[in-house]
Amino acid sequence: MASTKKVRELQQRKEQIQLGGGEKAIQKQVAMGKMTARERIIQIVDEGSFNEYDLFVEHDARDFGMERKILHGDGVITGTGTIGGKPVCIFAQDFTVAGGSLGSMHARKITKIMDHSLKMRMPLIGINDSGGARIQEGVNSLAGYGEIFFRNTLASGVIPQISVILGPCAGGAVYSPALTDFVFVVDNISKMFITGPEVIKTVLGEDISMEELGGARVHSELTGNAHFFAESEAECFDQIKKLLSYIPWSNISLQEKKEVKDPQKQYDINKIVPADKRLPYDVRDVIRAVSDDSEFLEIQELWAANIVIGFGRIDGRTVGFVANQPKVLAGVLDVDSSDKSARFIRYCDAFNIPIVTLVDLPGYLPGVDQEHAGVIRHGAKVLYAYSEATVPKITVILRKAYGGGYIAMNSRHLRADFVFAWPDAEVAVMGPEGAANIIFRKEISEASDPDKVRKEKVKEYIDKFANPYVAAAKGFIDAVIEPRETRRSLKHALEVSGSKQIGMPRKKHGVPPF
Amino acid sequence: MVKKEKEFRPENRNLQLPEVNDFVVEFRKYRTELTKKFLDRKPWIPKDENKVTAFIPGTIQKVYVKDGDQVKEGEPMMVLEAMKMKNTIFASREGEILKIHVREGDAVAKNKVLIELKPD
Repeated sequence: MASTKKVRELQQRKEQIQLGGGEKAIQKQVAMGKMTARERIIQIVDEGSFNEYDLFVEHDARDFGMERKILHGDGVITGTGTIGGKPVCIFAQDFTVAGGSLGSMHARKITKIMDHSLKMRMPLIGINDSGGARIQEGVNSLAGYGEIFFRNTLASGVIPQISVILGPCAGGAVYSPALTDFVFVVDNISKMFITGPEVIKTVLGEDISMEELGGARVHSELTGNAHFFAESEAECFDQIKKLLSYIPWSNISLQEKKEVKDPQKQYDINKIVPADKRLPYDVRDVIRAVSDDSEFLEIQELWAANIVIGFGRIDGRTVGFVANQPKVLAGVLDVDSSDKSARFIRYCDAFNIPIVTLVDLPGYLPGVDQEHAGVIRHGAKVLYAYSEATVPKITVILRKAYGGGYIAMNSRHLRADFVFAWPDAEVAVMGPEGAANIIFRKEISEASDPDKVRKEKVKEYIDKFANPYVAAAKGFIDAVIEPRETRRSLKHALEVSGSKQIGMPRKKHGVPPF
Repeated sequence: MVKKEKEFRPENRNLQLPEVNDFVVEFRKYRTELTKKFLDRKPWIPKDENKVTAFIPGTIQKVYVKDGDQVKEGEPMMVLEAMKMKNTIFASREGEILKIHVREGDAVAKNKVLIELKPD
């Protein structure tokens, strides 16, 4: 047994180090509206489950007077704990210690816990709150970042990686979150950018605040770098726990089956989608009408809202939903929505989560800005992601599926397992107005009353082609179903695809249109 | 410690109710909300060959020409310093300078018109 004296010494050492940068620095952190690194970890993991490692690590910098400085824990707390009873690895940068700056030992603590999470196949949660590289440690800091990025990449698709931005995250530091699966931000607290406002002002003369440049809202609404937006740290932690309740612990862990509850009555699938194809509705109501207990965790809710992605459950098991959103920009595909959905599809595929695609789109967003922003390259990502995915892939065409949009949205041609369509569905090479204008160009232009003839021809086209039966006759649609049969059909389709096995040509890896 | 108040649901958040607008795709008018990014998109303006613009934000370091000067193709007209690089702006064709829009020392934004040549 250890002597009481030694135990007391240990306790004292721990207490001192656990204070981080000390009372004054903690007060400053609190004044900024932020929790301390330790509080954050304690709140994210199950009560009493946190086990800390490398508490006694010290930096080894010898220049610029650093040899006289003591940095507790070298500015980062690392360890393991459980969330919902299941193990996770977690680290939190401590802004109260030298601004959470990253030196070589700080980085080594992080890479050590990353190695653990990969080796033991459990999720990694990283809380970022750091001023950036520790300049006094020079190139050693850079090496640290590089080692982290490398591990992020190795672990990608093996274990879930979650980045929580709870403070500044600037310069090279932003690339670790960017390489991870989910980035969480909190209003007024998160700040991410490559070059800060000062540099931008000096070099380019553009005057912008940190918040406007890289605040939580900017990354949630404009850039798409963030996946979950919260108004407080507490809300953010709830979001993390909720996300973890849906996703498998690694790419080899089996999906857990949760208790099955029927969708709530308020989501009546017969009353959500207007018959008039020009009218909007919220496709999330359709998702809730088919998912267990009408639960749906939306990802990147505020960015590229013309497509909806997120997790729900059908028959107790997690599925990834991808759905065009007619409520926003009529649900068109464009640069951002392609990017957003393609990455999500790859996430689901990597972690063996079946994908349910709900289709209702008029086509691609027209515009010079879209063409010049590379909508060809970005749009191709959706085709690539769906084609490559080998998880069960089920499609329901709710209303419109026109042209390239029809193909892209997990069509039979990209090896969908099941394609269902509602009776109102229109599967066609393009919208009736566009098609009639081209096919009957001559008749329309030569008519004495072109508008009247155009209307007639549009109606003719609608009667003939604006239905699901032309595609069903070719076997492109497996079954035309009534809306109320949707959940049952999805359940059954998922059930029968439980042991899906398909091969891919042998290759090292593909070359996706990144 | 902040207590959990209600279960997290993104749509519980009070978002501003956006307007429903007309939006045309392939000759059909849809009723839908428009995003800020869509509304803020830059309209396409064809390039005016007579206007020389700043390809990068920076500072005008030197101006070698003045209004009314005749320039030959390839003649240096000014120096735009940006990102610590001195970029000489050359005349892309022969012509008369209609107007110089900047002076030495001016900080210029990207795409700012620097020199206007007289149309051919």
